[in-house]
Amino acid sequence: MSRRQRSGRLGRSEAASGLLLVSPTALYALLLLAAPLATILAFSFWSQDYLTIDRSFTLKNYQEAFASQANGDMSLYLELMFRSLRISGAVTVATVLLAFPMAYFVSFHVAPSRKSMWIFLITIPFWTSYLIRVFLWKVILGYNGVFNTTLQGVGIIDEPLTFILYNANAVVITLAHAYAPFAILPIFVALEKIDRSLLEASRDLGENHITTFLRVTLPLAMPGVVAAVLIVFIPTIGDYVTPRLVGGPGGQMIANMIQTQFLKLNNAPMGAALAVLAMLMVGAISVIFVMLNRRFLGGQK
Amino acid sequence: MTRPPIIELRDVQKYYGEYHALRGITCDIRQGEFFSLLGPSGCGKTTLLRTIAGFEDVSSGTVVIDGKNMQGVPANQRPTNMVFQSYAIFPHLSVEQNVGFGLRRAGLDKGEMARRVGEALEMVGLAGYGKRAAHALSGGQRQRVALARALILKPKVLLLDEPLSALDKKLRENMQVELIKLQRQVGITFILVTHDQEEALVMSDRIAVMSEGGIAQMDDPETLYRRPNSRWVADFIGVMNFLPAKVVSEAGDTVEVEIAGLGRAELTANQAMASAGGHEVSVGLRPETLTIQFNGNQSGERIAEGVIEEVVYYGDMTYYDVRLDGAAVPVRISMRNLVGRPVLEIGTRARVAWSAGALVLFR
Repeated sequence: MSRRQRSGRLGRSEAASGLLLVSPTALYALLLLAAPLATILAFSFWSQDYLTIDRSFTLKNYQEAFASQANGDMSLYLELMFRSLRISGAVTVATVLLAFPMAYFVSFHVAPSRKSMWIFLITIPFWTSYLIRVFLWKVILGYNGVFNTTLQGVGIIDEPLTFILYNANAVVITLAHAYAPFAILPIFVALEKIDRSLLEASRDLGENHITTFLRVTLPLAMPGVVAAVLIVFIPTIGDYVTPRLVGGPGGQMIANMIQTQFLKLNNAPMGAALAVLAMLMVGAISVIFVMLNRRFLGGQK
Repeated sequence: MTRPPIIELRDVQKYYGEYHALRGITCDIRQGEFFSLLGPSGCGKTTLLRTIAGFEDVSSGTVVIDGKNMQGVPANQRPTNMVFQSYAIFPHLSVEQNVGFGLRRAGLDKGEMARRVGEALEMVGLAGYGKRAAHALSGGQRQRVALARALILKPKVLLLDEPLSALDKKLRENMQVELIKLQRQVGITFILVTHDQEEALVMSDRIAVMSEGGIAQMDDPETLYRRPNSRWVADFIGVMNFLPAKVVSEAGDTVEVEIAGLGRAELTANQAMASAGGHEVSVGLRPETLTIQFNGNQSGERIAEGVIEEVVYYGDMTYYDVRLDGAAVPVRISMRNLVGRPVLEIGTRARVAWSAGALVLFR
């Protein structure tokens, strides 16, 4: 009896110290995440008339977001939303497809003693500010940029290529580069966890290198791939700097519209409604991926 | 009785950089044989097994399996299958998917595939486990899955890399018997890698004892135990007492030696395994070839006397360390604890019976 009381007290004090430990972070999250989110949610149900905010409940913003244009086309907001999805999807596919061979190489073909150095090298782009890296891509992809002048110099093209800057392609290229390390790391970790004797077992049972990859390595790496997809997809769909700098008119995304609504058009409620919609969309897609991941993890320890 | 060889190794050498892992292995492994590679860790036994499986290239020499030179033949095209030490069960597949993994290339229809997987599972005593997730299995069950997965492909040779080392003692002993039965049932050549000399003695038709990348001795278990060809092998397999001895005379097939503590004995040539060297030699005696006499003298045996220095009680057996008069080190004697036979105490004088036929001479 007395032992149970003691453990009870111990439990309480453990819980108390636990709460104490998380409280700064919890407070921080509450103030800077939950509170702004609640504000955004509230704003999305309000309306604004020039300088005054009307705090009466309305669904006007959401209706406007979904309403078709006068000529019957999809609303600009929805179009931007889908474009963001498309661009972000393309970025995710490109990043993961490029990251997988990289992660595979480091995990399977680099000597164990050198692996940490390789991972360290992969993070080198982070040493430079994200903004500078985006500007650098402008320099590389521009009309008179590194890429075009090189190709012209060696005589492959006569006119500078224009489809690589100030459009959606430029956004995809820039974001795929920026997020590559984020995709490499989870895939690398998943590959590292694969017991190498499984690959030998597959070879022993008659499979060659390619079929072993398809039947053993890839399925076992899927948790890492799904993690990489989420890590790339979620932040890029709301990216704002890159489309702004390299996107041109055709490469603008939903975040740019939200910014325009808040700052240029001075219509915070509309911007808030778009932000909520974007969040819902990302949330829904993330849930699908998490469920997929659970299915893949289901068969494993 | 000697069947044709299924595996022929000729002067197989393997270097890892400077390290000489296999030093000229030459041996034939016969069809349908239970063959063991026995040795301490680092002796090259696993390397040799992986060389046969095709996971390691040989630096020089040839590996012939079923009459075909395996030079340049990758693991997936060799008529061998392996049970890995870690079992290497695919964690993302169910038991039946694991067992049927290698059948995909055979292009069987679903019904035939399911039938063969069912058969294989039944053979290893896992009937009805097919739908289980691989990670929900115990160590012993995983091992059975690994066996079924390899045997379903009907290989010419089954390679087992320390398959029992991860199991507890009871389960290991059961599996040893099951493996022997299984091997007799399927008639496939089994090659077992083990560091456990008892396991090798129990299971094998023949054993190759390996040391530092070479084969120290290759024989059937009984010969290996009774007539080890070197002190090293004698010491590695079971317990062996060594007593210093002097060669008194050598005539034709017989050697007469003067053994400290035992006296003179005449040994025949087949007891004197190793050759060369001076006249300082040693003789080896297994603990069970010596007997402490409890009541009266039996005929036909020679008697030495000594003092019991240590008594170790094992339940069914008792080990006595007896220092024979005139010997510098004690010899270990194992005695069955028969009904009515007392366990002697330290300090007791004992009469030890021995026979010259059980001695092995090491020069």
